[in-house]
Amino acid sequence: MTTWRLTLVVDPTRCDGRGVCAELLPEWITTDRWGYPILPSADLPGELVGHAELAIDQCPRMALHLVEGGR
Amino acid sequence: MTNATRHSAVRQPAAPPLGSTRLLAGLEDRSKPVRLGEHLARWGELPDWGRPLVDEVQAAGLVGHGGAWFPVATKWRSVEARRLRRPVIVANGAEGEPASRKDALLLSLAPHLVLDGAMAAARAVGATRVVAYVGRRHVAAVAAAVADRRRAGLDPVAIEVAVSPDAFLAGQESAAVNVLNGSERPLPSFTAIRSVRDRGVAGRPTVVHNVETLAHVALIARFGARWFRRVGDGGNAGTMLLTVSGRWGDPTVVEAPIGGSLADLLRLDPAIVGNRAGALLGGYGGGWVSMHALAGLPLDELAARRIGTSLGAGVVALLPRDVCPLVEVAAVVDHLRRHGAGQCGPCANGLPQLADLMWDLALGGPHARRTDVGSITELCALVEGRGACRHPDGVARFVRSACLVFAEEIAIHERRGPCRFVARERFLPVPGVPSRRPSSHHRVIR
Repeated sequence: MTTWRLTLVVDPTRCDGRGVCAELLPEWITTDRWGYPILPSADLPGELVGHAELAIDQCPRMALHLVEGGR
Repeated sequence: MTNATRHSAVRQPAAPPLGSTRLLAGLEDRSKPVRLGEHLARWGELPDWGRPLVDEVQAAGLVGHGGAWFPVATKWRSVEARRLRRPVIVANGAEGEPASRKDALLLSLAPHLVLDGAMAAARAVGATRVVAYVGRRHVAAVAAAVADRRRAGLDPVAIEVAVSPDAFLAGQESAAVNVLNGSERPLPSFTAIRSVRDRGVAGRPTVVHNVETLAHVALIARFGARWFRRVGDGGNAGTMLLTVSGRWGDPTVVEAPIGGSLADLLRLDPAIVGNRAGALLGGYGGGWVSMHALAGLPLDELAARRIGTSLGAGVVALLPRDVCPLVEVAAVVDHLRRHGAGQCGPCANGLPQLADLMWDLALGGPHARRTDVGSITELCALVEGRGACRHPDGVARFVRSACLVFAEEIAIHERRGPCRFVARERFLPVPGVPSRRPSSHHRVIR
């Protein structure tokens, strides 16, 4: 069975710090003092992938991406 | 007709340079560029390697000299794999780093070395377009060199010349590509999801190389990887160009063997060391070290990173004792915050706050707003790695290392306030602010 390593990254040139992602994925994403998301660089745990995909979908700036492989 | 009487069509190959004067060979005391005829007489013709040059450059262990120290062969392989999509080579001579002069020197004195390297790279990866991306003041000289080559029928691919904007980020890899794609401002892209090696200039796989890197390629193509590795020490072979300030007066470009002793290169003695407050390595995105640490440092990127700095684009600036180090640092941080792209929240918000805090350290005192180094390092951690490019990372390193190296000055300022006399002129060049020396002068020494 293949195990995919996925990392959730934010395109900082598109992100406006709206915070929708942090609301939808509080187990993974926190916000800094200016409202911008802080994303761990570790592999995204499998059980959070579904939530991450929703966050990606709901980001008003389409700034979130799932990339394969480690960061 | 015997061999003895037949005129050989093959020019005698040039002898490979011995020692560590390679790129700068023959360039001392010159103010005019080496023209094509003289270039070919000195170096011989550029051999046509094609794809096998990738292996030779790998064997040489050549890394990029634009500041990132990325292995050249790795870049080439990823683009060569996409050769059906007609790769592009960009010779990056933008040199946005104010304290660096080495690229300007190469472009104004030895443009054909750079252009040879660009052509050799183009043939290696199957590129069908080559662009020389240089500052406005170099356009005429580079265009003249290109015209000479065209008349001589040297290059199978026409070399284009494009102007880089006068901006700190003009030489950043994806920002340069965006400018070449028509962007007015040099704005970096978020390359984690798509590298310029995949989609770059005109959507084509693009290799961006610092002009010094290409000059090294031009010599490897002539003299080979084994020759290249005859100079240098340990992991990294070859030579590199440095721009040294604060040692011999005006900013001076020198060529040095990688891995060699910085103390030897800079001819440090106790008097020099005692007369300098600290040393900046790498550039404004590099890091400060104490003079003592500098004296023990080999010219090696890994060794530099281990002590919190980087050799970067080869800037070495020795800070004299008659300036306020904290004012110098604050002025640079100020400059850097004005010259970010302004695209990324953490950087656009964090850098102005960092600049304010650094000015507090420099101009504050016992009666002023208290700024502690803890808040400064916290901010550094908050901006690091959270931009599309390495601009905030560079600022963080510059600031953190300054707080370490100038800890004593910080403590003195806290107790007694700012230095009594703060010079109007900066030592570290900040465009727009009066500085101690002419900004475009450069000198070459062995």
